[in-house]
Amino acid sequence: MNKEARTWQWIAHIILLSFSLTCILPFILLVMSSITDETSILQHGYSFIPKQFSLSAYEYLWQQSSLIFNAYGITVLITVVGTIVSLIITSMLAYPLSRRDLPGGTFFAFFLFFSILFNGGLVPTYLVYTQLLDMKNTLWALIVPSLLLNGFYAMLMRTFFMTTIPVPVLESASIDGASEFKMYYKIVLPLSLPILATVGLFQGLAYWNDWNNGLIYVTDPQLFSLQNVLNRIMSDIQFLASNGDLSASAGDKIAQLPSETFRMAIAVIAVVPILVAYPFFQKYFVKGMTIGAVKG
Amino acid sequence: MTKRTQSTAFKRIWKYSPLYLMMLPGLAYLLINNYLPMLGLVIAFKDINFAKGILASDWIGLENFKFLFQTSDAYIITRNTILYNSAFIVIGLVVSVAFAILLNEIRSKFASRFYQSVIILPFLISMVLVSYLVFSMLSMETGFMNKTVLPALGIDPISWYNEPKYWPVILTLVHVWKGAGYSCIIFLAAIIGIDPEYYEAAKLDGASKWHQIRQITIPLITPVIIMLTLLQIGRIFYSDFGLFYQVPMNAGALYSTTNVIDTYVFRGLLQLGNIGMSSAAGFYQSIVGFILVLTSNYVVRKINKENALF
Repeated sequence: MNKEARTWQWIAHIILLSFSLTCILPFILLVMSSITDETSILQHGYSFIPKQFSLSAYEYLWQQSSLIFNAYGITVLITVVGTIVSLIITSMLAYPLSRRDLPGGTFFAFFLFFSILFNGGLVPTYLVYTQLLDMKNTLWALIVPSLLLNGFYAMLMRTFFMTTIPVPVLESASIDGASEFKMYYKIVLPLSLPILATVGLFQGLAYWNDWNNGLIYVTDPQLFSLQNVLNRIMSDIQFLASNGDLSASAGDKIAQLPSETFRMAIAVIAVVPILVAYPFFQKYFVKGMTIGAVKG
Repeated sequence: MTKRTQSTAFKRIWKYSPLYLMMLPGLAYLLINNYLPMLGLVIAFKDINFAKGILASDWIGLENFKFLFQTSDAYIITRNTILYNSAFIVIGLVVSVAFAILLNEIRSKFASRFYQSVIILPFLISMVLVSYLVFSMLSMETGFMNKTVLPALGIDPISWYNEPKYWPVILTLVHVWKGAGYSCIIFLAAIIGIDPEYYEAAKLDGASKWHQIRQITIPLITPVIIMLTLLQIGRIFYSDFGLFYQVPMNAGALYSTTNVIDTYVFRGLLQLGNIGMSSAAGFYQSIVGFILVLTSNYVVRKINKENALF
């Protein structure tokens, strides 16, 4: 390696390493804050090296379990159900659209496409979901509005089906008397695992991270997902006191609530599953990002 | 004769009925979730009265728009939306292209993998969590800035959540922090696709790295840059609601620099109960936004038909 190349290596490493650090350090600060003693935080602020360790936030988390477990359960439920249902709807919409011989295919493709280009915005959507479908304060409100989160995923799948599923295979299956549904789940789906994995990951992540639907459609704390609980306690730590197990016990317990560290502890348990799962899905994730970039 | 052609046409379509049936859930969903709200845009011209019902509410013409544009709100939210998005587009582009070029230079496979994994992390978390991370930095009494960084520099603590003037910088930093990794990976994919022969030829001619980047890499990824940028310009009227709502913690003192169209519509609808104003602002956003999408796509089409969305 000559001198110029070495200099470039150094510059690249220094810049990328510093940006990587700014990406990691806030997470470390978050974790450290959650295991710091409450009084130490009130005195010295959040810091990377806690002056005094304490796991009391996590002990409280355990005691508060009904609210947090409930929220965790809701998050897991909407993530699993939402992702599966949206994969089914999306692929069932995309497959017929990928068939060039489908009469009216162009019209339906435009129907899908126009929904990406133009939308009614929050107010009419809100009125449809609350007045017409009556979904305010139901679990449905956390799942349904994001099912075809992005019509773009259906377009992506359609392109994938068009380019990867060999038409002769479908034709010969059809001649052998396979029904359309059978072809869809015996041939099309098994050949499309990469795109299903990619779209599923993006959808799953969107459901896990979703706070928007809860913020708009849900006011009942029993239906709060983890993100909604986090969202709420940031502005209102009393929310815990009035909705958790503490309300049953004496007021002095509320006074002892390690609010600063407790918040951070909940944030930690919300982010850990993503960080743990990430290495396993990274491959599909990056692949999906680059497919997505080609068109749109 | 016509009867027979009709029946064969019918048979032909009937053959496809299972396919139509498969599309049914998706199409019905689009109809309710997307098309019904589009029709619902007309409520911007109504005085919504829930007692009367939405359909029976009185038409009031442009009253809602008059109210909206009489206040300074309309100007502020439009200005904020466009200025922020412009800054995001330019700065985001420069940063992520630079990172992509540098990542491509890294020789060590392990290091390159490591950087790629880490810079995506912020993209994976929700805006609520981002607001927690920002809060741990900026909290008045306990934040890392006020308790550790500023005292070390001998500066008095700053009440971040009360001072609008800092937020354009903070929000831009947070946006770049969260999104740079994602677009960097996209540009990196484009750079990796460049034929290595170009670089070998340049090296034989004694071109420096800097020259190679300027004369080969950047020109060859320019199509990708232009497309992504134009698409972002098409969406310049829409902002990242989470960034502007969660990260400043909905703090009223910061509205002058954090209020954008999306947050305005949201607050009008759900916090102030001012549906008229909110729906007028939403209508304004949908229509202008749509025109911008069409225009930018038209420009993309002029440059390169392949890359146009439609």
